[in-house]
Amino acid sequence: MGVKLLLDKANVPGIRTYEVYRREGGYRSVEKALKEMTTDAIVEEVKKSGLRGRGGAGFPTGMKWSFIAKPEGVPRHLVCNADESEPGTFKDRYLMEFIPHLLIEGLIVSSYALGSNDTYIYIRGEYAWITDILEEAINEAKAAGWLGKNILGTGFECNIHVQRGGGAYICGEETALIESLEGKRGNPRIKPPFPAIQGLWMRPTVVNNVETLAAVVPIINMGGEEYAKIGVGKSTGTKLISACGNINKPGVYEIDMTISVEEFIYSDEYCGGIKDGKKLKACIPGGSSVPILPANLLLKTAKGETRYMNYESLSDGGFATGSMLGSGGFIVLDEDQCIVKNTYTLARFYRHESCGQCSPCREGTGWMEKILHKIETGKGEMSDIDLLWDIQRKIEGNTICPLGDAAAWPVAAAIRHFRDEFEWHVNNPELAQTSNFGLQHYADPIHVPA
Amino acid sequence: MATTFNDTQMTEFKRLVARYPEGKQKSALLPALHLAQDSFGGWLSTETLDYVASLLQIEPIEVYEVATFYSMYNLKPVGKFVFEVCQTGPCMVSGSDNIIDYIKKTLDIKPGETTKDGMFTLKLVECLGACGYAPMMQVGKIYKEHLTKEKVDSIIAEYRAQAAANN
Ligand SMILES: Cc1cc2nc3c(=O)[nH]c(=O)nc-3n(C[C@H](O)[C@H](O)[C@H](O)COP(=O)(O)O)c2cc1C
Ligand code: SF4
Ligand code: FES
Repeated sequence: MGVKLLLDKANVPGIRTYEVYRREGGYRSVEKALKEMTTDAIVEEVKKSGLRGRGGAGFPTGMKWSFIAKPEGVPRHLVCNADESEPGTFKDRYLMEFIPHLLIEGLIVSSYALGSNDTYIYIRGEYAWITDILEEAINEAKAAGWLGKNILGTGFECNIHVQRGGGAYICGEETALIESLEGKRGNPRIKPPFPAIQGLWMRPTVVNNVETLAAVVPIINMGGEEYAKIGVGKSTGTKLISACGNINKPGVYEIDMTISVEEFIYSDEYCGGIKDGKKLKACIPGGSSVPILPANLLLKTAKGETRYMNYESLSDGGFATGSMLGSGGFIVLDEDQCIVKNTYTLARFYRHESCGQCSPCREGTGWMEKILHKIETGKGEMSDIDLLWDIQRKIEGNTICPLGDAAAWPVAAAIRHFRDEFEWHVNNPELAQTSNFGLQHYADPIHVPA
Repeated sequence: MATTFNDTQMTEFKRLVARYPEGKQKSALLPALHLAQDSFGGWLSTETLDYVASLLQIEPIEVYEVATFYSMYNLKPVGKFVFEVCQTGPCMVSGSDNIIDYIKKTLDIKPGETTKDGMFTLKLVECLGACGYAPMMQVGKIYKEHLTKEKVDSIIAEYRAQAAANN
């Protein structure tokens, strides 16, 4: 059993309510932070904890907080990113649905540290029932005196508002999110200026992921140094992983980042192995944007070392032989899955979600979808594979926001590791409609633990 | 269908606007459109968009821009119940194709269409953050997860019964 800091109480009956949450020790971090700590000391604790943003990019949270501008007389805002739309990712939903007060508690402490009197949770519009749960939790916290004016007699005022989005993945990108919060289309802004200088309504703004802000609670309670002792290297603390695809136990797991990928997939404590006794074919370990890895490179690095569920180990080998921890959306594919089809659905997703501002992304995502559809439906040519490679290369790095890269990487990785499967589709257009390439890719039998 | 909020809806609208600083009422646009869609039959007509613009004191074009950008706003009439079935990678590898085919066959409609009795609309959507509980669909505020053919049958029956009870 690994350490649990966020979900340790998730199974306590009634934990969704204020009463039970408080009885279980909730809101202690607010008391400690507001009564005993200066705002600088909180930022310092978060720095010491080594906490890295849980939204996908892994940027050090304490450092991000220290960048916020503090011009005289200009309000600052904390914005919680609950847009959670990266395919494979459903961890924030779990946290908000089952222990909403943990997020509210983290938000109060973080708002205090950043000087945000009006804090916004931007939640994906489809999570309508979670919006209700959060609003209920906010009302309860307010009634108990943790929100509103003069919290704990300190003079600090904090209000939390929940805003639903309208259905657009791009609004998870922080500047698109800010535009959307201002009532506009979700077109990402050109940076600089960064949100820390000019964000929401051109005021200094910090945007953080749900899980990041919830993690502030244990950091304040236990201290940054203690938090940093959990995990390994620069992967400190715990991480929520949402596991899905062809596994026995899909769901949300809190891990400390010292366990191996193999243990995560095969142990009964986590994914419980591949469904129906099938074999593992491939995995997208950190949300749909990160490179897909074939089974052999997933369980072991190119150097033959065990791969672990943390930032450093999952990216070992760079994009040539590694991937990323990303958002923690762990998508497992078994031997019956078709890499071409899977890549096609992801390309369709990115085409649908491109905001259309940059030509390489707008046009490129459309091309990639069309070509992949052509190959998938048995009308592909060999030259299409090179064309796909060429298009993804021309998108990457040439756009305003990272959605372009996020669309390019899955296609690049699929071709890099499964080119033979793409070629098989082109060479066997009819067969590819009724059967699948399976595990032919692997010269050696895949290592499957007993 | 009326295109002005009743008292309850207006109270909710005012609550939404009050969350933003003075002069930043445009920020309430997305939530206001959700409220309008829920209030006026599940979709947004041009009159409704213009009405929201007037309430927020912004130009109609600012509302059109937003309403056309986001996928949750319906700009055409829809059935009483909209089945929004996820078709993205994780759902696809968990069998969403079969569910989509089954719904098409059972309701005899294609994606984007509404049944003749105006009861059901089928919409194919991208990842809804329920990948571990796939295949899945959203119906109104609710997620229907771990779908099977039998479950689809009972969901359809449930909504037909619900509609009959309300008539
Ligand atoms: C296309 C795109 C989508 C994103 N979606 C999300 C999201 O749904 N949730 C999230 O927390 N971060 C998302 N991000 C990352 C945010 O831009 C931002 O880095 C993050 O909210 C910062 O919070 P963190 O430092 O706590 O991770 C996305 C980024 C991009 C480029
Ligand atoms: S990369 Fe794509 S999503 Fe991002 S700003 Fe450009 S067009 Fe929009
Ligand atoms: S892929 Fe269907 S809910 Fe995520």
